[in-house]
Amino acid sequence: MTETTTASQGSQPSQPSQEFEKVLSGSATQVASFDTHDKTPIQKFQHFLHSSPAAVPLIVLVLSVAIFGVILGGKFFSAFTLTLILQQVAIVGIVGAAQTLVILTAGIDLSVGAIMVLSSVVMGQFTFRYGLPPTVAVLCGLACGALCGYINGLLVARMKLPPFIVTLGMWQIILASNFLYSANETIRSQDISSQAPLLQFFGNNLKLGSAVFTYGVIAMVLLVALLWYVLNHTAWGRHVYAVGDDPDAAELAGVNVKRMLVSIYTLSGLICALAGWALIGRIGSVSPTAGQFANIESITAVVIGGISLFGGRGSILGMIFGALIVGVFSLGLRLIGTDPQWTYLLIGVLIISAVAIDQWIRKVAG
Amino acid sequence: MEPILTAPILTARGLVKRYGRVTALDHADFDLYPGEILAVIGDNGAGKSSMIKAISGAITPDEGEIRLQGQVINFRSPIEARKAGIETVYQNLALSPALSIADNMFLGRELRKPGVMGQWFRKLDRSAMEKFARDKLSELGLMTIQNINQAVETLSGGQRQGVAVARAAAFGSKVIILDEPTAALGVKESRRVLELILDVRRRGIPIVLISHNMPHVFEVADRIHIHRLGRRLTVINPKDYTMSDAVAFMTGAKLPAEAIAA
Repeated sequence: MTETTTASQGSQPSQPSQEFEKVLSGSATQVASFDTHDKTPIQKFQHFLHSSPAAVPLIVLVLSVAIFGVILGGKFFSAFTLTLILQQVAIVGIVGAAQTLVILTAGIDLSVGAIMVLSSVVMGQFTFRYGLPPTVAVLCGLACGALCGYINGLLVARMKLPPFIVTLGMWQIILASNFLYSANETIRSQDISSQAPLLQFFGNNLKLGSAVFTYGVIAMVLLVALLWYVLNHTAWGRHVYAVGDDPDAAELAGVNVKRMLVSIYTLSGLICALAGWALIGRIGSVSPTAGQFANIESITAVVIGGISLFGGRGSILGMIFGALIVGVFSLGLRLIGTDPQWTYLLIGVLIISAVAIDQWIRKVAG
Repeated sequence: MEPILTAPILTARGLVKRYGRVTALDHADFDLYPGEILAVIGDNGAGKSSMIKAISGAITPDEGEIRLQGQVINFRSPIEARKAGIETVYQNLALSPALSIADNMFLGRELRKPGVMGQWFRKLDRSAMEKFARDKLSELGLMTIQNINQAVETLSGGQRQGVAVARAAAFGSKVIILDEPTAALGVKESRRVLELILDVRRRGIPIVLISHNMPHVFEVADRIHIHRLGRRLTVINPKDYTMSDAVAFMTGAKLPAEAIAA
């Protein structure tokens, strides 16, 4: 700086307040109060949605059940049909729980379906190829899923590779390993039920009148309830949101971001392995070609459930509502007898609307 | 100003930090006394942010010694500095926008419920954390009671600064470092944040204030540390000098009396 600028600085009054600050003498003296000004109903609604992210999918779910109920009457609106929808979304719901955790960190996991299938194949092959007790084989399958997730987590957190790329690669690697290891061989359902019924554990069911709850459905509900508790009422859960929201801020505030990411991906892998076990219960056999679309279906459930792909926002309950919306549409349209392509078309519309609504809700921060 | 008779709470002696051939800190000294607001000013590139980073644990100096309450400290991360009682309010505030005010205040140091629920189910003590957050914000005059569960992103810039400062002041900290707290704020909100800074000092916590805003510095600071060419040039009392003197020292247009004598 030169003498000229110094001189011009000197011409300013050296009093504490600047000239332009004089208007402040008449202004409010509170330090920083919270705004309470009236909002229009639309703004109130926007704020409500901002603070309750699962509200939109819940409303859509209730509406779609009501509409199909009116159109189809008792054929749709029966305990049997409604619980059938639950059975059909059980696998997607469990995988969706894993996907939710990853997406909350602003990541994405394309390998969930592959981890699920590989884990189920490990459970099956360890029992039938090596003759291990089914309990041990199931534990090995769960460990296999957790290991796959751990590798994803290491690559994302330590190597700082983008989650999309890491899981795209792992998807191919795990799926190929699955086919190589299993030699593309299916283990038949009757062999499993006669020799290792534990593998089909989640296919058992509870009947209440005409309502049928498979153990897979119960597992999905319990898992989502448990994760809801963990995400909202434990420090680890709050850190999941903080890491997805702003990792630098979380790090400065004292969250170990790398360790969080590794633990989240590992847990996600473990949950996928659980889905693999439930998958055996659902289809009866162990098939290396099952669950091909689980990754896309789980992402669909998460997005329709109002969880932001940018991380840090959304509720795991939204994911389950999203999965149920897809289930209700699929079964409802099939019962009406339309071309199944209409289901995909409507789901596509739902996905885009859900993301548009998410963008609108996030403007509340403006 | 009264002469300071107590020992400094935080000192640095002979800090050196080199980045390749660039010497960011060249035997810099630093002293912070209990209960004061010490402003740190310096031209861009004078090394003031390197010095502050060394004190807050963000970088490790190559040479030199930092003492907190007489104890030599060697921080390897800002987390360690925070554990020792040096809280830094960064320019970007380090708040998670989608989390609530209470969640943000306790991020990384959550309270768990007593007994089985906390021990075995790791349940957070929401009500205790909310009450604590509300109390701390009220103490600093930050709160006309509202929703403590409001997401931070729904607050204005000044309110966010308020939450960040309250978080720094809430946990028994010994020193608070504020990095450009008014740089991103409008006139009215800057005023409120300055009052907040004075409030924090009234509660006995010494503050290091890094700012480019001379009127703000001269208004609230008890002493002004002027950094130039990687070291402390001098420390002045804002009552004895004008802003133009300070700018002249900062830019090297003028030398302070003691520097000439020395």
